[in-house]
Amino acid sequence: MPLIKSPEELEKVREEILSRRDPHKLCISVCAGASCLASGAGEVIAAFKAELEKQNINADVDTKGSGCPGFCEQGPVVVIHPEEICYLQVTPDDAGEIISQTIVGKKPVERLLYTDPDTGNKVVKMNDIPFYKNQVRHLIGNNIKIDPKSIDDYLAQGGYAALAKAMHEMSPEQVIEEVKESGLRGRSGSGFPAGRKWEFCRNSEDEHKYVICNCHEGDPGSYADRRLTEGNPHNVLEGIIIGAYAIGAQDAFVFVGDEFPQTVENMRLAIKQAEEYGFLGKDILGSGFDLTVRISIDGGGYVLGESTALMASMEGRIGEPKTKYDHATDRGLWAKPTVLNNLQTWANVPLIINNGAAWFRQTGTDGSTGTRVFSITGKIKNSGMIEVPMGMSLKEVIYDIGGGTVTDKKFKAIQVGGPLGGFVPESQLDVQVDYDQMTDAGLAMGPGLIVADESTCIVDMVKYFLTFLAHESCGKCTPCRDGIRQMLHILNNITAGRGNKGDLELLELISTVQKKAALCALGQGASDPLLSTLKHFREEYEAHIEEKRCPAGVCKALGAVSSGANV
Amino acid sequence: MDNDKIGQIIDKYQGEASSLIQILLDIQHENHWLPRSALEVVSKKLNLPLSKVQQTATFYKAFSVVPIGRHEIHVCKGTACHVNGAQDLLEEVEEVTGIKPGETDPDAKFSLKTVNCLGRCGLGPVIEIDGKTHARMSPAEISDALKKYE
Ligand SMILES: Cc1cc2nc3c(=O)[nH]c(=O)nc-3n(C[C@H](O)[C@H](O)[C@H](O)COP(=O)(O)O)c2cc1C
Repeated sequence: MPLIKSPEELEKVREEILSRRDPHKLCISVCAGASCLASGAGEVIAAFKAELEKQNINADVDTKGSGCPGFCEQGPVVVIHPEEICYLQVTPDDAGEIISQTIVGKKPVERLLYTDPDTGNKVVKMNDIPFYKNQVRHLIGNNIKIDPKSIDDYLAQGGYAALAKAMHEMSPEQVIEEVKESGLRGRSGSGFPAGRKWEFCRNSEDEHKYVICNCHEGDPGSYADRRLTEGNPHNVLEGIIIGAYAIGAQDAFVFVGDEFPQTVENMRLAIKQAEEYGFLGKDILGSGFDLTVRISIDGGGYVLGESTALMASMEGRIGEPKTKYDHATDRGLWAKPTVLNNLQTWANVPLIINNGAAWFRQTGTDGSTGTRVFSITGKIKNSGMIEVPMGMSLKEVIYDIGGGTVTDKKFKAIQVGGPLGGFVPESQLDVQVDYDQMTDAGLAMGPGLIVADESTCIVDMVKYFLTFLAHESCGKCTPCRDGIRQMLHILNNITAGRGNKGDLELLELISTVQKKAALCALGQGASDPLLSTLKHFREEYEAHIEEKRCPAGVCKALGAVSSGANV
Repeated sequence: MDNDKIGQIIDKYQGEASSLIQILLDIQHENHWLPRSALEVVSKKLNLPLSKVQQTATFYKAFSVVPIGRHEIHVCKGTACHVNGAQDLLEEVEEVTGIKPGETDPDAKFSLKTVNCLGRCGLGPVIEIDGKTHARMSPAEISDALKKYE
C-alpha cells in the first residue's frame, strides 16, 4: 500500500475498495467479540467456511468475524447481509442448515431467530429485535459490518474521512471549537468537557505534548470500553489522531490492560495498518502533521485508571496516585502537557467532525449530548453491550432494551458506576442517563450497569465492592487503606450475624471522614455504594443486624444455602 | 528461563529503565512467573536496585513471583459473576484443588487466581482454565471438569 498523501487520494482508495465490493453480495457475519468467541464463534466461522466450500458456493458468499454487535447473552450472534437476518446462539452444527435454508433457499431458519417473549413472534431482522430497536447506535451500529482486523472494512464505512476533513478543511482551533460546541463530555464518567481540556493543553506553552487514550477499564462487571475498542479500533484511533492534531501533540498512547489480549491485539494491528496507509507517521495525509501512536500495557490494578497513577505506570513506576497540584494539561506524562481521555470520548470525535456539532447535539439533553455505550449485566434478560441516547431513563434502559429481570423475580436495584458508584432502587428509575442527573442521584456514569433482583442481597453486594476495593487500594494513604478495611470488617460482622446496634452510624462516620481525607477519587468514592444503599435499603441492613436475617437468602451465616445464583 | 532470553527482551526495549513494566510483562508471558534470578538479571541490566524491581513485580496484578502450576485456573470475580454465584464456584474450586487464590498446589498441578472481570458477563459465572472459558458453570460441573486435568 503506497502512503495516502491527500484527501483526494483517500477518496480514490475508498472508491477502489468499494468498487471491489458488491453491496448485494451475501455475507455471513459472525460476532468475533471476546464473549461470542468464548461461546464458540471461532468454530462457527470455521464451520460456515467449510460448508460453503463443500457446497461449492464459497465464491458467492463472504464470511466475516465481525466487531461485537452487543447481544452477548445470545451469542454467538450471526447476521446475514444484506438482509440483516439475525441468528442467535448459533453452533457449528447449524451452519449446514443456515446455508441450505437461508443462503440457497432464501428462507429463514425459524428456530434460530429471536422470539419476542411477549408475543411469541419470531423476529427476522436484527434491527427489529427490541434489544436493538430501542438503542441509538451511532458508535457501535456498524460493528457487525466491520472486521476489526480490516482497515478496508473501516474505510468502506467512510472511515478516516473525518481525519481528512479536520486536517485539510479545519485549523486545530476550529476542531477544538467544534468539539466544544458539540458539548462532548468525558465518557469515563468524569463528564469534563473534552473541548475545554484540549484547549487548555493546546494553550500550554511547552512545545512537546502528549495525548493518552484510557482503555484501562478496571471496573469489575463492565466491559463496554474494551469491547468497543476491540470491535472497531480504527474508530478510536481516528478520534485520537484528530485530537492530537487539534492539541498539537506529536506522541499518543493507548493505555490498556494486559488482561485484555484481544483489545491489545486489535489495536496493535490497527496502528500498524494506519501507519501503512499514511494516517499515522510523518506528514499525515500531506498535512505536515506528524504523529506516532504507541500502546502502553499496564500490569493490572483498578487504581491504574486514575490519571496520576496511570501516568506513573506509563513512566515505568509504581502506579500510585499523587496529589494533583498541577493539571495534567500543564504537567502530565513526563511532566509535559497531556490530554487524557477515555476511549469513548475519542470514539465520538470522528462523528462530530463528519456531521458537525449541531448534529451531535440533536441526540441527548442540553447538558449531556450524544450517546453512551454501556455494558448491562447481572440479573437482566438481555445482557450485553448497548448504546443509548443521553436522556433515556434507566427504566427504559432496563425494560425496553434489557427486557427486564432474568427470571421473573422482582427487580431490586441497578448499580451504576461500579465500585465508586451507587445503587438506584425501583422508585427512582426515572433518573436519566445524564451526567448532572446522575451526579445528583449520587451515581457515577461509569461504563457498567449491573442489575440486581430480589435474590441479590444488597449488604452482600456492598461487601463485595468493599472487598474489591480493599484489594485494589494502593495503600499509600491511610484513610483509604484502613478506612475501607474497617468498613469491610463491620460488614463482615453484619453478614456473619455479629452486627451490633450503632454499626450503621459508625459506617456513616467512617465514610464521611474517608470522603474528606482520602488522597484520590478511589478512596473518596469507596463508600458511595455503601452510602447509597444505606439511604435506599436501610431496612435490609437492619434485618441483618437486628433480626439476624438475610431477606434475599444469600448470607450463609444467616441460614442461606447458596450465594444467590438463580440461572 | 535463561539469561540470553531475558537479555533479548531487554534489548527490545533498548535497555530503557522506564520500560521496566513492559519488560517484566514480556518475561511473565514467556515464563508464566518471575523467578528471583530473572529479577536479578533485570536489575543488573537496567541498572536499577533489586528492591525497585521487586516492588514493581509485587505491585502489579499481572505478575507472579511464585511458580505457576501446569494448569492455570482463573475464577472471574466480576460483579455480574458475583451475583450469579461466583463465590460458590470459587469455594468448590478451593475444595477440589486444596488451594486458595494466589497459590499453587505442591504437585504444581493447579494454580488458582481470581480476576476482576473477564468481560464475558452474559456467560457468568465464568471460569477460565488454561485460557479456555467455562461458562455458566455450577459447582458440580466445575468439580467434574477439574477432575479431567492431569
Ligand atoms: C480509581 C479510578 C479508576 C479509574 N478508572 C478509569 C478507567 O478505567 N477508564 C477511564 O477512562 N477513566 C478512569 N478513571 C478516570 C480517569 O482518571 C480520567 O478522569 C479519565 O480517563 C478522563 O477521561 P474523560 O475526560 O474522557 O472522561 C478512573 C478514576 C479513578 C479515580
